[in-house]
Amino acid sequence: MDTFEPIIVAFCCHYCAYTAADMAGSMRLHYPPNVKIVRVPCSGKVDAIHIMKAFEKGADGVYVAGCLEGDCHFKNGNVKASRRVKYIKELLDEIGIGGERVEMVTMSAGMGPQFAKTAIEMTEKIRKLGPNPVKDMAAKRRRAVGQG
Amino acid sequence: MITAERKPLEEIIEYVRPFGKILLVGCNECVTVCSAGGRKEVGLLSSALQMAFMKEGKMLEIKEMTLERQCDPEYVEELSGHINQVDAVLSMACGCGVQEIAQRYREKPVFPAVNTKFMGASERQGVWSERCQGCGNCLLGLTGGICPVARCSKRLLNGPCGGSTKGKCEINPEIDCAWQLIWDRLKALGQEERYSDIIPAKDWRPSRDGGPRKIIREDLAS
Repeated sequence: MDTFEPIIVAFCCHYCAYTAADMAGSMRLHYPPNVKIVRVPCSGKVDAIHIMKAFEKGADGVYVAGCLEGDCHFKNGNVKASRRVKYIKELLDEIGIGGERVEMVTMSAGMGPQFAKTAIEMTEKIRKLGPNPVKDMAAKRRRAVGQG
Repeated sequence: MITAERKPLEEIIEYVRPFGKILLVGCNECVTVCSAGGRKEVGLLSSALQMAFMKEGKMLEIKEMTLERQCDPEYVEELSGHINQVDAVLSMACGCGVQEIAQRYREKPVFPAVNTKFMGASERQGVWSERCQGCGNCLLGLTGGICPVARCSKRLLNGPCGGSTKGKCEINPEIDCAWQLIWDRLKALGQEERYSDIIPAKDWRPSRDGGPRKIIREDLAS
């Protein structure tokens, strides 16, 4: 388990977390390469199905990173995203994948260090939780349909 | 609209456990509007079911389809090309849709994935509440457009009862007293005098008390 390197998908809002990730890079801050960033126009654009598909395809953890409360470029997309994350947590608990594998975080575009800190904390947390229970089957399924 | 809510996953999982390949069918009508069984919910349930079985080391093959209306034979017919390739059907439509599939495809097991709730309206995004019980003899013309059958807990036709407190019902402080709403509405319409008109005992035969109901329009029936 010590060698387990989780795959974490981070849906990052273009107006905050994605820019914060950029800043973390410019500041030469180290954060784990386990985090795979998907840029979205707003965290509110992240639908429940996007999060579910990430897990179905074998991601070990997912987080949605939106703007600080009250700062959403589209007024309240971050609030909507946070409700969806809560819904998915319950769904993942129901099927035994574990709701703690998905989180909602907020930050501003200027919070490069916070982006790196979140990436480190999430990687550590998921590493402790261990692999997504459907990971092996997801890989088998991908092989079966010729997608790696 | 007819409202519904997804069943607990545990129950759905047990329904489909014996099968290897299922058809998961949504409906584009009421259950789409109340976010219980439209295309989106079909996708989510499919993903959740697949993961639930993958966790057990089993692969469940799911074909997703969403029909325009599951309560009409014309649309249910669209499943005919797929039905033989699956072991069972899981329907996310209301009870009408499930039964339409059961009637058309007699040799294929069909299971409900939602609990059909009531005929209601959207109060706001994500909140629906009961508005009509389909009693078969509408009283709304007498009660200022607010239904005492669906919205009064006791279905009182001449209310309110003694349990009405500050406009709320005694069974739950979240529920408005229908008769308070009726009174407020009659006042707003300047029709307070109508409140003292006694509504006679209701004939419940046009409702469910007369057994399962049917409408036949001779001018339309084929």
